[in-house]
Amino acid sequence: MLKDITLGQFFPGHSLLHRLDPRVKLVLTAAYIVALFMAHGVFTYGVMVLWLAAAVRLSRLRVRVLVKGIRPLVLIITLTALLNIFYTDGVVLFSFWILRVTLEGLVIAGRMVLRIVMLIMGTFLLTYTTSPIRLTDALECLLGPLKKLRAPIHELATMMTIALRFIPTLLEETDKIMNAQRARGADFDSGHVVRRARALVPLLVPLFVSAFRRAEDLAMAMECRCYHGGEGRTRMYPLRMTPLDGCVLTAMLAVSVGVGVASRFGY
Amino acid sequence: MTPILKTEQLSYVYGAGTPFERRAVDRVDLEVAPGEFLGIIGHTGSGKSTLIQHLNGLLRPTEGRVLFEGRDLWRDPKQIRRTRFRVGLVFQYPEYQLFEETVARDIAFGPRNMGLSEEDAARRVEAAMQLVGLAPEAADKSPFDLSGGQKRRVAIAGVIAMEPDVLILDEPTAGLDPRGREDILGHIRAYHAEHGSAVILVSHSMEEIARSVQRIVVLNRARVAMDGTPHEVFSRVTELEQTGLSVPAVTQVMRRLRALGLDIDPAAYTVRQAAAELAPLIRRARPC
Repeated sequence: MLKDITLGQFFPGHSLLHRLDPRVKLVLTAAYIVALFMAHGVFTYGVMVLWLAAAVRLSRLRVRVLVKGIRPLVLIITLTALLNIFYTDGVVLFSFWILRVTLEGLVIAGRMVLRIVMLIMGTFLLTYTTSPIRLTDALECLLGPLKKLRAPIHELATMMTIALRFIPTLLEETDKIMNAQRARGADFDSGHVVRRARALVPLLVPLFVSAFRRAEDLAMAMECRCYHGGEGRTRMYPLRMTPLDGCVLTAMLAVSVGVGVASRFGY
Repeated sequence: MTPILKTEQLSYVYGAGTPFERRAVDRVDLEVAPGEFLGIIGHTGSGKSTLIQHLNGLLRPTEGRVLFEGRDLWRDPKQIRRTRFRVGLVFQYPEYQLFEETVARDIAFGPRNMGLSEEDAARRVEAAMQLVGLAPEAADKSPFDLSGGQKRRVAIAGVIAMEPDVLILDEPTAGLDPRGREDILGHIRAYHAEHGSAVILVSHSMEEIARSVQRIVVLNRARVAMDGTPHEVFSRVTELEQTGLSVPAVTQVMRRLRALGLDIDPAAYTVRQAAAELAPLIRRARPC
C-alpha cells in the first residue's frame, strides 16, 4: 500500500528529540552528515554510531520504523557494496570467474554501507521527529539572512510547507483513486511495461485534476484570509531556544568537530 | 438461502506496528443474501468504508475471512479481479475517479476490463446510462464538462455497467442537494428492482436508509452494534442515540405522539407507514 511509504513522514511525540528546537536539529543533522563523511577509522565510526544510537533512544521511536525507511534503498545499498567489493584493488582474498574479492574492497564496502545506512537513519530521524511546518520554519529562519540579498526565502519556505503538507494528502488520494479503478477491474500490477504505463492513465488523469482543484481552492482560501507574503507576518508558535537547546547544540557541534579532527589523525 | 457474501470474524488493523495503529474493523460477522437490499449505517469513523473494501478484495483482512458464494476470497488471489466484476463497489465521491475523454468511454472502462466485446460494452453503457437517468446525448460529452450531480451518475453508471451481483455504494448521495439525493436513491432502487442484485447502501443518514432497505446493520466503533429490519432497529432509539445516530424525523414524531398517549407504533419510519398508523385514529376522532 502506498501509505507504507514513510519517507519524510512525521511521527508525533513528546520525546526530548521532538521538543528540541528545529533549528538546532537542522544544524546538528548537517553537522552529523559532515562528521559521518569525515569519519574514517573504528574510533570515529564508533562515535558516530553512538551519536545515532543516543538520538534514536532519545526519540523514543521504534527501531523497526527506522529500519523500514531503509527498505526502498536496499537495492542501491547492495549495488554500492558489490561494486566496492569487486572493483577495489588490493590483497586478493579469493576469486572466481572474473570476480576478485579483496580485503580492501570488503573494508571499503563495509564502510560505505554503514555510512549510507547511518546517513539515511540520521536524516529520517529529523523528519520523523520534526513536523514539516516546524522544519520549514527553521529553514526560513536559518536562511533569513539571505532575504537581505532579495532572495525569496519566505516564498520558498511557503512553497515547501505547502508541498510537504500535500504529500500525504495526494498519496491518500492516489490510494483512493487506485482502489476505485481497481474496483472497476483496473490492473496496475501485471503485464509488460507498455501495458503498465497505459494502466496508469486512469490513475494519473484524476490525480492531476484533483491536484489542480486543490491548488485553486488553497489559493482562494489563502487570498480570502489576506495572505500577502512574508512581510510583517508573525507566527503563532515562534521558535525559541531554551538553555537545553543551547547545551545540546554546543555539545554535539563539539563532538562533530572532534570527529573531524580525530579522523585527520587516522582514528 | 445461502448468503452471496459473508464475513467471518473480520478484523482490519491500520498501520500495524506504528504509533498510528488503529483497529478499524473488529470481529465483524455479516451475511448478505442474494437480491437483498441492505443498509450499513454508522457514525463517521465507525469502520463502514473499511468494511466494504473487504467485500470486493481491495483490502486483505488482518484476521478472519470474506466469503463470496461460499468461497474464501483470499484463497486464490488471482481470482480476486474477477470477483470485483461481480461485487461492484462505488466509492465515496466517485466523480473524482473519472478520467476518459467521453462519458461513454468512461462508463465502458469496467465492461472493457471484463473482456467484453465493443458491442456488448456499448450495449451495457447504454443500459447503465438509462438506469441512472443520463440522457443519451451525454454519451459523447467530456465527463469534466458535466455538473457535480451528473458526474456522480456517470461514476455510478461505470460500476452498474459491469452488472454486478452485489452493488455496494458508499455514501452515494454525499454532497448533493435534496433533489439530487432523491434522484440517485430512486435510480438505485430501480436498479435493485430491475436486476435482482443485492444492493448494499452505506450511509450515515437514517432518513435515506429507512426508505430503501430491507435490513439495517448498525456499526459502532468498528463492531456490529445492531442487525435487523428497519422496524427492529428504529425501535431501539436510545441505543441508537448513544452511538451518535438519530432515528428518522418521522419516527421521532411518532415517538412523541406515543409519549403523549396515542396508541401507535413508535417505530414507523416512513411517512406512508406513519400515515397508515394515524389515519384510523383521526377517522375515529372525527365526529361523523
